[in-house]
Amino acid sequence: MPADRSFTSVKLVTQRFGNEKARTLAGYEATGGYGSLRKALAMRPEDITAEVKASNLRGRGGAGFATGVKWGFVPKDAKQVHLVCNADESEPGTCKDRELMYWDPHLLIEGMIMSAHALRAVHNYIYIRGEMMREYVVLQKAVDEAYARGYLGKNILGTGIECQLTVHRGAGAYICGEETALLNSLEGERGQPRLKPPFPAVKGLFGNPTIVNNVETLMNVPLILDKGAAWFAELGMGRSGGTRMLCVSGHVEKPGVFELPMGITTRQLIDEVCGGVWKGRKVKAVIPGGVSMPPLDESELDVPIEFDALQTDERIKPVMVRPDKQFDLGGGRPLRTMAGSGGVVVLDDQADIPMAVWRIMKFFWHESCGQCTPCREGTGWLEKVSRRGRCSGFSPSSAPISRRSSGRIGPRDAHRFVRDVRARSFDLGARGVRPTNPAG
Amino acid sequence: MSLEFSAAARSKIEALCARYPTKQPVVMAALHLAQKEHGHLSDDALRLVAKTLDLPYAHVYGVATFYTMYRREPGGVTTIRMCTNISCMLRRGYEVLAAFESQLGLKKGESNKKFTLVEEECIAACANAPCAVVGTKYFLDITPDQVPKIIAELEGSPSPESEVV
Repeated sequence: MPADRSFTSVKLVTQRFGNEKARTLAGYEATGGYGSLRKALAMRPEDITAEVKASNLRGRGGAGFATGVKWGFVPKDAKQVHLVCNADESEPGTCKDRELMYWDPHLLIEGMIMSAHALRAVHNYIYIRGEMMREYVVLQKAVDEAYARGYLGKNILGTGIECQLTVHRGAGAYICGEETALLNSLEGERGQPRLKPPFPAVKGLFGNPTIVNNVETLMNVPLILDKGAAWFAELGMGRSGGTRMLCVSGHVEKPGVFELPMGITTRQLIDEVCGGVWKGRKVKAVIPGGVSMPPLDESELDVPIEFDALQTDERIKPVMVRPDKQFDLGGGRPLRTMAGSGGVVVLDDQADIPMAVWRIMKFFWHESCGQCTPCREGTGWLEKVSRRGRCSGFSPSSAPISRRSSGRIGPRDAHRFVRDVRARSFDLGARGVRPTNPAG
Repeated sequence: MSLEFSAAARSKIEALCARYPTKQPVVMAALHLAQKEHGHLSDDALRLVAKTLDLPYAHVYGVATFYTMYRREPGGVTTIRMCTNISCMLRRGYEVLAAFESQLGLKKGESNKKFTLVEEECIAACANAPCAVVGTKYFLDITPDQVPKIIAELEGSPSPESEVV
């Protein structure tokens, strides 16, 4: 990242933050909203996908998969395709999508109309988390306005293109942020994940090819089509285009939600954006992207918060990274964590790590959907072991127990994504930290 | 006792059914509506939803008991969802929860006529931890000594979740 790039210079998805009027259709249009919709609808769908591919836009929900590539997985001969917006933000430490929907709901709708056109998707849905009641009201109002003005409906802006958009409200379940669980929930089932393959892009909602994208991802689409893929790619770093929403919480002086250049390091984020660790203390650990991501320690803070960099640590040895595989770098030390959902949680050097580990385990135990035995039972055991750790310290014998319990969650299990954090968080606790609160 | 939906709820459900290829996806919205109109999801309320959407009772029961925002028992008018997850925990979230418990005279998960107190998992307002969500209202950067004021405010103007449905 060039040193002269200012932290506040680029505002894409947050450009209307603080503008109370921009939430209405009139206010959104007055600030240039829906300005490039006509142009986008005149483009051929393949060309939009190609543009998004060229922009290096990567999924902002956590996995960082290339958005345009994902869109390309939809079979060409599909009769009916769906676009679903994942607005079930519930990864602890993450609070960007809620803010984005609250301040700029029409940008999301515009992004969905354009993306739906690229996918030739007619019946589209926004799955919003049940607890986000204020944002549901805002979003539903915006959708109603867009219908009334003819941006949504059977024949949008007289182009003959149909785009239907329904806001579907959840009712409280972390697992519904996982895309196949979300689709089950959208179909009126319990929110339990499906086995993959088939991937949703081939067989998803109601058995049709379905693309599930995060709120922030879709909100970037109008900006890419307006200003061009090259401009967007240039803003980013490496194979990640654009900016990044980062939510900083925990032990910093000024926590907040910030739109920042892709590739800012964790240390810059803490010291230059958030005013440093609070009370003049030092960093003990940082969770880089929601609690499902393995934490960093103080020596690992100079790595950019970017999808590829956090998986490998570029300082040691550059390697090609496949999005689905974390590489061991042989002699070097792999970071093996991920940029995740942008939820950065900072723990200072006096933080009660055993308590934090227990709280994370308790969360996963509470939110296990109960479908697969290793998770349903294993998270319960991890909670028990970490509760014991919280009260009386971690003994050498606790670590193997945690590895055994988390190791049983096989790669074919639908929610393997939580496996690594259990092992890594637990290791952090077992590595040595005596409880600061012996009474528990 | 068999329950019924109001005319407004029936027309809302009908309109929603047109948005999906089958009636089953409307079960979540119908459960929200049933909870709004009947206070909680009794067996009769579940039967009402099942009958309205032509679904098996067992399916509706499965959905209603899977998601945490549906309640099978009566609760208070206003539900306080206090987060204690990692970001809130690091900034005294448990002390705030304890303050709510002692001020309301309720343990987490309990209700009186006015309030239900819930220990919530992350409500996506981590940058302003500790935080609580009460219907469409957010309470941010809460300290334990602000709790009496928050409760007084909610007693004056309740913020029931059913308003949103």
